[in-house]
Amino acid sequence: MIWSVSWRNIWRNRTRSLVIITAIALGVFAGVYTIAFMFGWVNQRIDSVIHTEISHIQVHQSQYLETYEVHDYISDVESMQEKILKEPDVKAVSSRIIATCMITSAETGAGVQLVGIDPENEKQITNIYTKVIDGAYFEGVKSNPIVIGEKLAQKLKVKVRSKIVVTITEMDGTITGGAFRVAGIYKTANTAYDEMKAFVKADDLRNLLKIDENAGHEIAILLKDNNMEDQVLTKLKSLYPEFQILKWTEILPDMKMMTESMNFMMYIFVVIILLALGFGIVNTMLMVILERVKELGMLMAVGMNKVRVFSMIVLETVFLSITGGFLGILIALVLVALTAHTGLDLTFWAEGLNSLGFDAVIYPEIGLKDVIVVAILVVLTGIISAIYPARKAIHLNPAEALRIDM
Amino acid sequence: MKVLELKNLVKIYNDSAVKVTAVDGISLSFEQGEFAAIVGPSGSGKTTLLNLIGGLDSITEGEIIINGTNISNLSSSKLIDYRLHNIGFVFQAYNLIPVLTAKENIEFIMELQGKKRTERNQRAMELLKAVGLEDRAYSRPSKMSGGQQQRVAVARALASKPKFILADEPTANLDSKSTETLLNIMERLNIEENITFIFSTHDQRVVNKARRVITVEDGHVVSDEKRV
Repeated sequence: MIWSVSWRNIWRNRTRSLVIITAIALGVFAGVYTIAFMFGWVNQRIDSVIHTEISHIQVHQSQYLETYEVHDYISDVESMQEKILKEPDVKAVSSRIIATCMITSAETGAGVQLVGIDPENEKQITNIYTKVIDGAYFEGVKSNPIVIGEKLAQKLKVKVRSKIVVTITEMDGTITGGAFRVAGIYKTANTAYDEMKAFVKADDLRNLLKIDENAGHEIAILLKDNNMEDQVLTKLKSLYPEFQILKWTEILPDMKMMTESMNFMMYIFVVIILLALGFGIVNTMLMVILERVKELGMLMAVGMNKVRVFSMIVLETVFLSITGGFLGILIALVLVALTAHTGLDLTFWAEGLNSLGFDAVIYPEIGLKDVIVVAILVVLTGIISAIYPARKAIHLNPAEALRIDM
Repeated sequence: MKVLELKNLVKIYNDSAVKVTAVDGISLSFEQGEFAAIVGPSGSGKTTLLNLIGGLDSITEGEIIINGTNISNLSSSKLIDYRLHNIGFVFQAYNLIPVLTAKENIEFIMELQGKKRTERNQRAMELLKAVGLEDRAYSRPSKMSGGQQQRVAVARALASKPKFILADEPTANLDSKSTETLLNIMERLNIEENITFIFSTHDQRVVNKARRVITVEDGHVVSDEKRV
């Protein structure tokens, strides 16, 4: 019956209870939706890093990532690629020839990283082909096609089918050049990437560099499951100890820091919200105790022990918190479900967001685990907020409490 | 059979600048089935005496023995438990739990005692019938008159099957008709069920019904009159 009494007690002063429930609901809504927004934002960036820029794991010659020298290549990428592809958790593998070069148009020039790929095979690894906004992905141009980012196209003032010249250092150190024609212009959420990366066919770049037919600078590996990274990484490291094999968080440590700190910061944010709400709850419950001194005195007089009185006050507070928390979570989940499809359009900040590698349309997402954690935090807030008022209640002297005129 | 014995009871309030002796060496005993009224002017110490008997306030000196148990030395948690099983309370302001119905108010005490639902339900209905309110079983206190609420309070006091019932000014807020009804019910329960009632009161109608009248003044018993 204490449960029933506690539940009914919170509705004795409807207005006051509704005010605090609304405050809790709004606070929890803000917390949950912000978590969903931030997770959506970060996960989109991670998705972009994995499926557009890096993939899950990359293999290089041991010193390649320090020097980016063309002669630091893997000599037999084809057989290595085939072996890696046989690993059960590996979904796709692609080898790349990479060279830093100068690229010039009739108007101007820029330094870029030229990536030689097998266009069809690369489709299994990265989704650049889906990001083409003008022209086509290595189609429409007979020889030496190049796919460049929108930002680079703007910088070079070139369009589809424009001719551009690549100046590059051969394996023997000779500087050479090659003419390419723009087949497609792509646009990702990362303008820095769009400005820095240009894609050509691997054979075209090999010819230009005069590098062995079977050589490659990078092997990109896409896994079937994000959670298998460490397992596959360990296996590959044991198979190819002479190479540098890194997962995407090691290649981009700032992304790792961002994802890890984001979780922590989000919970800090929610805890701050709940802390503020907790003080509101304490205030409300102190008023409740003050109004019910005589009744509490009567309950203790007729034999309700301190544990039960304490429990009753805690239950009332928890009921208030759970009601508000449930409403807040519900509203947040409904809004997350709605905006997860439509997205939150932040295009007015697109330039700034894209320069940092973030998409301007955010699709909020939240996992069950995070909802459960927030729900537990709400209940804990209720319990902690109840302690002080409940202690006040149990320290009442029944005789004095009964004497008070309410 | 002696249900309650007070031995040289003293209560001194030290919490204000002035030391107040509210009860000053009172010794009394009550037999099973008594219908006793403690009377006296305001500030005479009758409510304090009732609070001491009920274990709601601590005594400064003396002993309170209920059915052979000295409650003066019990810890506050044991005292709460002792009150739950041995003493029924009726208060001037009824003090029912407003969110519970009449029946639930009565059942609440039995639930605190750990009684089973069927037993609680049956006894609550019996007690409501005994106080003439079986038709108001599912009414909340706010929907009942003062007299009806006080009758529910009496039923609640009886719910735990106490050794005796302490009633502090039970008729102070009631009109004449409600007072008469309430007193008749309590008198009937006293005679038929042999339940001991101890009142503190100013009300002459209660005094007229009482078979023992104890007059308290300045913390002393000045008269103790038993009527046949």
